[in-house]
Amino acid sequence: MKRARVAYAGAIHEAAPLELGDGTAGLELEDGRRLAESQVVWLPPFDVGTIIALGLNYADHAKELAFAAQEEPLIFLKGPGTLQGHRGQTRRPQGVKFMHYECELAVVVGREARRVGREHALEHVAGYCIANDYAIRDYLENWYRPNLRVKNRDGATLLGPWFVDAADVPDPGNLALRTYVNGELQQQGNTRDLIFDISYLIHYLSSFMTLSAGDVILTGTPEGVVNVMPGDEVVCEIDGLGRLVNTVVDDAVYGR
Amino acid sequence: MSPSRVPIAVDLPPYRLSGSVYGVLANHSSLLAMLGDAAYQPPYNAPPRAPVLYIKPRNTLAGPGDPVTVPADVPELEVAASLGIVIERTACRLEEATAIDCVAGFLIVNDVSVPHTTYHRPSIRYKARDGFCPLGPAVVARQRIASPDAIEIRTYVNGLLVQLQNTREMIRPIARLLADVTEFMTLSAGDVLCLGTAAPAPRVRPGQTVSIEIDGIGTLRNPFVGGES
Repeated sequence: MKRARVAYAGAIHEAAPLELGDGTAGLELEDGRRLAESQVVWLPPFDVGTIIALGLNYADHAKELAFAAQEEPLIFLKGPGTLQGHRGQTRRPQGVKFMHYECELAVVVGREARRVGREHALEHVAGYCIANDYAIRDYLENWYRPNLRVKNRDGATLLGPWFVDAADVPDPGNLALRTYVNGELQQQGNTRDLIFDISYLIHYLSSFMTLSAGDVILTGTPEGVVNVMPGDEVVCEIDGLGRLVNTVVDDAVYGR
Repeated sequence: MSPSRVPIAVDLPPYRLSGSVYGVLANHSSLLAMLGDAAYQPPYNAPPRAPVLYIKPRNTLAGPGDPVTVPADVPELEVAASLGIVIERTACRLEEATAIDCVAGFLIVNDVSVPHTTYHRPSIRYKARDGFCPLGPAVVARQRIASPDAIEIRTYVNGLLVQLQNTREMIRPIARLLADVTEFMTLSAGDVLCLGTAAPAPRVRPGQTVSIEIDGIGTLRNPFVGGES
């Protein structure tokens, strides 16, 4: 099952995907109202706890950024203020040279995980969604990389559009990811190329920190990140999970 | 699947905690002084320009008196005492002159780590272990702390004073730090932003008790215990 959380007509609703009469993708609220995607405000599709993100978890992207092979996952944490849903806007500050998207499979924890073996790790997964985890590389400094000014900016981490039950994703280790910028395919990968796979990540993390329902693991991005500019439409797609749309905007939108 | 509230004794009305706790590296002048030329060499290449923040996730949060577990494979832990700034209302793009208006109050933070020597890309397993961030003993209203930018922080191990620092030694005082952080990330009511801590941090072995004292706020006391193998 796929579920979204949307704001519409003065309230927040749960919604399910629906093909509208004209063949376009729409949604149906739990109360039966049928709407086009553009009629609602899309929120992150679940209550998000700790946000755990992987750096350089695809061999090709690590090579792209000139990193050597790792012994343990490169992990950083993010705060809740950076989250946005589907069809959001993300600010590119004036004067920056390199801002890029990162299409990632997001793994949502469904129940507490503490010292979980790899063979049982997937039992702790409630479901999946798409993440677009923007970075502005101009702000990268070599202290506690990647610092929050690069990776934890307001509105720069997108989740959605749908939360997809784990039962509906039979093989999370074989999902193709694609990112389009203004309709042009720029990034492609497959979760089969993860250096540290989902069961290992849950095993590893739960060896020192208790994971709880709502915690989410952003599993990293493959090669193919390019600079994006105000006005660009960035669409991240993952097989079976949908397409997560975002627009890059400039400072003027924020009165800066 | 909704995240539970932080189950710690400090999370009491009227100052509810959101569960988001942010630390800041190298805001106390001692760390860069200790590193000396090394701060200009690889892998760092230059001292930090913007605030270097990190997150203590919700599994690390603990209250006064809660035991901190020293993992079986390390002999001791580091305890970084910091003034914790508790945010009162949405803090976005604050001006230094008025930033303090967004502060509800202060508490004490004991930011515990497995000792490590790198500040480049340390593994989160050093800082994000369960119970590695005791907070307390209570949130004291901002109006009751006359000079939070000139306040002494004393760390005791088994009653013996092991570290004395003062918030006037910070590179960015409270208002400056809030302005620089909220330029790129909004803080919300109940978030805690640590002001920073002196280096090197004192070390603690299983069986010892750490007390951190800040005048006007109180004492945060936590025993350190041995871990499972």
